[in-house]
Amino acid sequence: MRDQTVTRMAPLAISDFSLVTSVAAGRAQSLAALQAGFSGLAPCQFGAFPYPTYTGEIAGLDDQPLTGNFAPFDCRNNRLAKAALLQDDFFESVAAARARYGAARIGVFVGTSTSGLLQTETAYRNRDQATGELPAGFDYASTHNTYSLARFVRGFCGLEGPAFVVSTACAATAKVFASAARMIDAGICDAAIVGGVDTLCDTTLYGFHALGVIAEEPCRPFDVDRKGISIGEAAGFALLERPNPRHGPETIHLLGVGESADAYHMSSPHPEGIGARLAMQRALYSAGLAPAQIDYINLHGTATPVGDVAEDHAVTALFGAATACSSTKGVCGHTLGASGAVEAAFCALAIQHGFLPGSPHTQQLDPDFHLNYIMQGRPARIDHAMSNSFGFGGVNCSLILGRAA
Amino acid sequence: MRVYLEGIGLCGPGLAGWQASLPVLTGAEIYRPAPTLIPPSPFLPPNERRRAVQTVKIALAVGAEAFAASGREAAAAATVFTSSGGDGETIDEIMNVLASADCQISPTRFHNSVHNAPAGYWSIATGSRSPSSSLCCHDDSFAAGLLEAAVQATTENAAVALIAYDVCYPRPLSLVRKIGAAFAVALVLTRELADASFASLDIELTKKLATSTMVEPELESLRQHTPAARSLPLLAALAGGLASDGEARITLAYLDDMALSLKIHPV
Repeated sequence: MRDQTVTRMAPLAISDFSLVTSVAAGRAQSLAALQAGFSGLAPCQFGAFPYPTYTGEIAGLDDQPLTGNFAPFDCRNNRLAKAALLQDDFFESVAAARARYGAARIGVFVGTSTSGLLQTETAYRNRDQATGELPAGFDYASTHNTYSLARFVRGFCGLEGPAFVVSTACAATAKVFASAARMIDAGICDAAIVGGVDTLCDTTLYGFHALGVIAEEPCRPFDVDRKGISIGEAAGFALLERPNPRHGPETIHLLGVGESADAYHMSSPHPEGIGARLAMQRALYSAGLAPAQIDYINLHGTATPVGDVAEDHAVTALFGAATACSSTKGVCGHTLGASGAVEAAFCALAIQHGFLPGSPHTQQLDPDFHLNYIMQGRPARIDHAMSNSFGFGGVNCSLILGRAA
Repeated sequence: MRVYLEGIGLCGPGLAGWQASLPVLTGAEIYRPAPTLIPPSPFLPPNERRRAVQTVKIALAVGAEAFAASGREAAAAATVFTSSGGDGETIDEIMNVLASADCQISPTRFHNSVHNAPAGYWSIATGSRSPSSSLCCHDDSFAAGLLEAAVQATTENAAVALIAYDVCYPRPLSLVRKIGAAFAVALVLTRELADASFASLDIELTKKLATSTMVEPELESLRQHTPAARSLPLLAALAGGLASDGEARITLAYLDDMALSLKIHPV
């Protein structure tokens, strides 16, 4: 379908990527965990949250403060960013790109919804009893402010190119791929770090609790008995650049991006999944692919009763009932603003290593669903994978990753 | 990179809309700072107007003004929202509740706390399913948003509305993040010259250059203390350029080491 809001995009090489979630750190461990069907969800130990739930908490962040020049950025979100930048060879890949293109030609377009909000939560609990002032040493700009993540990543990687944070709730780290693709297309930069980070804090735990969408047990996407989300934290980064001969046949490419809005409700998806369908349709058009050419869809699939229904409608309306789909929210929880980057990385691993990821914790598929849901992971050749990310405010983004054409 | 401008919305302290602010921006009239009065946006029904938070009200007000001037249907345009932070009152209330004994956040407060809340309300109010992004770049959020919006307009050949806004924080956040005044500006940008186009912007990303400032001291103070008001030199050039047919050159600071260099022509 011709959609005047979408143009075909030139594929971009994902020349490297990294991720840290509650189930694994780095590509090798993440691959092993996905193939084995492991889950990083555990009973919530975070802060003093009093309600029973499972979270995908990353161990050890409390013991890894940022120091030296980066001490002002010290907060859980930026600590996790550093951990992911140093995973595998990602930092070295960025350094090599910097040597190739120059620091000013590499953009940093990253996403977060929480940023370092946890610092402000703590600061408010430690206000001066007499004056009400926040404690000395609280650094709003370098921690809580939404831009803090991009400022930290840009400085840590020694980059001098354009940068900003995209903060569109749970679609943030998918939409940064779109921003970077446009910037490279326009010649503003030659390469870009995309991805992002979200970390546990009380605002999201109590906020989603107030909305009544947190499950007591580990989340069960597309299960007949699904009760809601499990909140996780994660970081994922990718290095995007124009394809060139250095990129071998194993290199995964960003082939298409589709963005849309629901125009429906601030915190509930359109019941028919109209906006979600539009994002997927635009991604297909942007990649120049037909629905039948998509071998796997990593669903947004947060395991809320209404969200999974809307996505089932959207996917089956566009793809029919044959395309293999799964949600990996059971692997590491709903990592909110980081989920786009993490699930793009999961798709890249699935394509590279030839398997369909399963859905840990999903026990009995809801018989009302029509899509081809993969409960147990299995080997399969995947040439093109789609990753869906939807967020508050009715914002939707679908990515298509694949082998080079 | 060239884009065309076909509609402006403006709301700031003593700046009640684009047309009404022209005499002040050209220097023909003296600038008199006054508390920012946000006009009711025609995109918000009366009951939503009462409940909406300040960031939503001001963003939707300037967006409506810009689209009215452009004559373009709001739903058909992509949007880039940009702000140096979120809604101050919402954040303060949530932080206070979480610091109290019961920790019971209101669900509405929670969804209003996301950075893209104005974008969500915009989509609902205008019926727009077009792509929409919400950016933050601290003090340089206007420059970052202009870069993103112009790149999107040129690469996607779409009409893109840039909506930049900032509101003040209550204490104690205001002590660590002072915003001068509530301020918002909206620009409707296109790649192709259209009937409603009245200026072209040639935008170049450069190394750091001397930043354009405002001559009038109170407007310069507003520019310095309110990130969205970093747009003022561009707005003043557009206001002046409409009166003559010369070229104006403006430099916006972008990050510590870069700048956006703008050439403005009336069309």
